Parts: sequence; C-alpha cells; structure tokens
Amino acid sequence: MDITAFKSKNFLIPGIILFVLLIALATLPLYVGLYWVILVTAILMYTILTVSWALFSGPSGYLSLASAAFFGVGIYTSAMLLPNTGVVLPLLVVVALGGVISFIIALLVGFLTLRLRGIYFAIFTFGLVELIKQVLIFWEINITGTRGRFIVLVDTHHVFWIMLGIFVLLMLTTYFFRRSKFGLALQSIGENEEAAAHRGINVTMVKVITFAISAFFMGTAGAVIATKWTYIDPYIAFNALFSFLPILMAIFGGMGQIYGPVIGSAVFAYLEETLLTKFPYYYMLTFGIVLVGVILFLPGGLVGLIQRLTRRKRKGGVVEQNANT
Amino acid sequence: MRILEGEGVTKYFGGLAAISNVDFHVEQGEIFGLIGPNGAGKTTLFNLVSAALVLKSGVIKFKGQKISGLKPHQICRKGIARTFQSVKIFANMQVRENVLLGALFGTSTTMLSADAAREAAELLDFVGLSAMSTIPASELTLVDQKRLEVATALATKPELLLLDELMAGLNPTETAEAMELVTNIRAKGITIFMIEHVMKAIMGVCDRIMVLHHGEKIAEGTPQEITTSKKVIEVYLGE
Repeated sequence: MDITAFKSKNFLIPGIILFVLLIALATLPLYVGLYWVILVTAILMYTILTVSWALFSGPSGYLSLASAAFFGVGIYTSAMLLPNTGVVLPLLVVVALGGVISFIIALLVGFLTLRLRGIYFAIFTFGLVELIKQVLIFWEINITGTRGRFIVLVDTHHVFWIMLGIFVLLMLTTYFFRRSKFGLALQSIGENEEAAAHRGINVTMVKVITFAISAFFMGTAGAVIATKWTYIDPYIAFNALFSFLPILMAIFGGMGQIYGPVIGSAVFAYLEETLLTKFPYYYMLTFGIVLVGVILFLPGGLVGLIQRLTRRKRKGGVVEQNANT
Repeated sequence: MRILEGEGVTKYFGGLAAISNVDFHVEQGEIFGLIGPNGAGKTTLFNLVSAALVLKSGVIKFKGQKISGLKPHQICRKGIARTFQSVKIFANMQVRENVLLGALFGTSTTMLSADAAREAAELLDFVGLSAMSTIPASELTLVDQKRLEVATALATKPELLLLDELMAGLNPTETAEAMELVTNIRAKGITIFMIEHVMKAIMGVCDRIMVLHHGEKIAEGTPQEITTSKKVIEVYLGE
C-alpha cells in the first residue's frame, strides 16, 4: 500500500480504460441477446461472491466457509419478501434488506467466532450454513407450513443492472478498503495477530466489521439472483457449493492483486457455463483437471501467470544484468 | 513519580505460580532492568503488564490509573509499548508499513496519514533503517528486525517501553549499538523497563534492577547492590 500513490497522473489512463469498460458493460443489453445478459449476470454474481470473500479472507488469513450462509440469507430474504402473489416490496429495497440482514448475522457470528483460529473457524463457518438451513426448514414446515416459495418474475435487464451496480459498489469498497489504514490493519492481523493487538489495533473490531461488510455484498447478490431462480426452498438457497466456489475462484485468479479474484471468477464462471453446455457429462471432470493444473503449476493463480509473463518480456535484454542482484 | 506500579501481581499456569505476589514499581524516566534465570517469570510479567495474559490477582497501575483488565490495544494506546522475545513483525509487509501501523493505530489520538508517514520516516532514521524502508520486513537480518520492532513500538508514542531481551542473539558490536539505542530512547523522555540476559548490557545502562526467581522477587536495587547481593549471586550470577 502506498498512501502517496493518490496522484491523478497514475490514475488517468487506467481510469479511462475502466470507465470505458464499465460503459460497455452497462450498455450490454442494448446490443447482445438475452443469453449473454443472463450469462454475464451469473458471472457478475460469482465475481461478487469471490471478491467479497477475498475482501475478508484474503488479507486476514481466516478461511471463511460461510459464503453460502450469507448468500442464502439474501436469497431467502427475496423468497419471503417477493412472493409471486400478494404484496411485493420494491426489488431494490429487498436487495438492500438482504444485505443488511446478512450484515447483522455476520456481526453476531463474528463476535462469537472470530476468536477461533485456523481450521476451527473454517469448520464453524461451514456449520453456520447448515445451521441456518435447518432452522429455516424447521420454521417453514412447523410454523408457516410451506415447503418452498415461488418468486415474482423480474425483468432480466433490471436484474443485470442491479447486479452490475452491486459489483461496482463492491469494487469501489474493496479498492478503498485495501488502501485505507483498516486494510493495512487486516493484513497485519493475517501476518501476526498478537503483534497487531500490541500495536494498538482493535483486532476483534477490524475482523468483525470486515467480515460483516463482505457478508453484506454476498447477501445482496443472493437477493438479486433469487429472482432468476423462480422457485426457492432452503436446500436451494443454502447450497454448500457456494461456500467453496468463491475460494476456488479466488485461488484460480490469484489473491495478491485486487483484480485477481475478478479475473478468476469471470474465467471460471465462463468455463463452467461452456463446459456444462458442451460436455454435460464430463464437465466436472474437465473442470477438476483444470483446477488441479492451476493449483500445481500456477501458485499465484492466473494473475501470477500474467505477471510472470510480462516480467519476462520486460526484462528481455537485461536478464544478465539482473542475474547478479 | 511512579509511572508503573504492581501490587501483589500473581499469575498461575495450571497449579504452577509463574508470578506470585510480586510488588514492583518503575520510576518515570529511569531504565529499570528485570533479570532472573530461565523460567523465572520475566516474560510472564511483561505479558501481564501488556495484557497478553490476564492477572489472577493483584493490580497493575500506570500513572496511578488501574490498567489491569484492559485489552492489549487499549494498553498500547494508554502509552505502554512492548517488544517480544522472539521478534514479532509483519514479515510480508514493507519495513515502513510496519512502523506506519504503530503510528496509525497505537497512539491515543488519531493521526493523519501524512503525519504518520512522516513520523514513520523519522523513526526509521532514528533506528538506522532508512535505507531499507521499502523492502519486505522478512528480508531484514535479526538485528535489523529487532530495530524495526523497536521503531514500530516507538511509533505508538509510548511513555513506557518494555523491551524483552533486545540483545539476545546479537554479537558484541551489535550489543553495543543496541545499548546506545536504549540510552537514546531514554533521552527522548521514554521510560524503559527491560528484560535482559546480557549482564554487561544491563549493568551498564540500568538505573535500578529487579531479580525474579521462581516467580518471586528476590532482590531489587542499583546494579551495585545487585552484583553484591548474596542471594542473587547464589541463585543467578554464580561465584
């Protein structure tokens, strides 16, 4: 992190490129078919899950498997507040609520469990997915007497734009968080939590708040995507796969840089979609092989590969000079 | 004035008394030494003061105010900074980021990032690490890592600095430099409470010394008094 890096010069060109990319993405529904809009929405959803997972677990080193829980809370918020009959709240309100409820659950869970370290934390967070799922099943069967819920239909383009909005908000949050003193603090907690506490960092607070912010974005993503799934029950909403996919995608992309999880999840989600449609029976197998390959041969993920290639290219003629240093 | 005071400080590990009923005090502006054989409870006492461990009984006061029961980050913000026996730095972060963290989080008042950066640069200069400010801390040698840890602790603007075996593992030249660093820190008006095994160093810089043995205080006094105390010679210094 470099505080003095806030100089407009360094930001002008990447800024323009990002802006053009963003405009291109936002106007996507105007010149591509519905299939692509739905595909990009799904990719954005995976990206949001991955980036928000990496926001907390990347620097802190706390392996959270609770993504599916917060994502599911968002999905179920939509399922309850956007029924296909009766009163329907505005979609944006429901999305915000999905995020806020996830945020609050993460705060409570965080205060209780972030003192656990390593594998214990991972197991507890995974248990949380199961816990919320079982509580909801109990509630639905014994109290409301339903098994699943149908959701009101929402325009695909609206879903896409809201998802894009959440994505942009998340990227801005991540960008400024990583450059803020709290980003530095979270990183120091990952390095040496005891030393961080003795340097005046309120480690519990930093961890819990970041954990909750990451949960907020997962919740909003869940609340939006639920409208595309039409039928929701607790088994669909709290699918453990959504705890593991963000981690795989982040590793796939590389976690050292802010854009690593973005590239990782975009490539990963696209790959999954193509493989699933082209080779429905072998897609998991192919997928697994690709993943094993990445972990074995690209320890820094896709971003690590890109960095290695560009560095080799840049060095070119001066390799011998650098060999001694 | 007594900057740090402990009354009846006691800590058990299981049934073993690591520190039992120790009374001590540190005067403002002095260099106070803590010595004793291995397992005497020296580091435990530091851990109790800095709240890494919780007291079983007794009370610890800082500038007349009770601090036992506070959390480590609160102790740090009150003005007590410490270093660790086995160096604890943020190895994959830059040297200057290590110091910056102390300045950003450890002080009682919030600091602007520009001020914190200036503060960090000054402290790196003070401990002689200016040239290495942008390399990862893990690439420093042991003595430089220790210097970095001291700079990070100083960045929290402490009034009292706890140094846990600053000189362990250093060669004679480095030890002499470390002693000079300690006196320079005191010259800044910071009180020092240090654990040390290097006798030459501790006798040379300390104003007063306390000796622990099996968790109990067996002697306290000037270096002169300690080196001539029969009991200390018996259990620690040897003939």
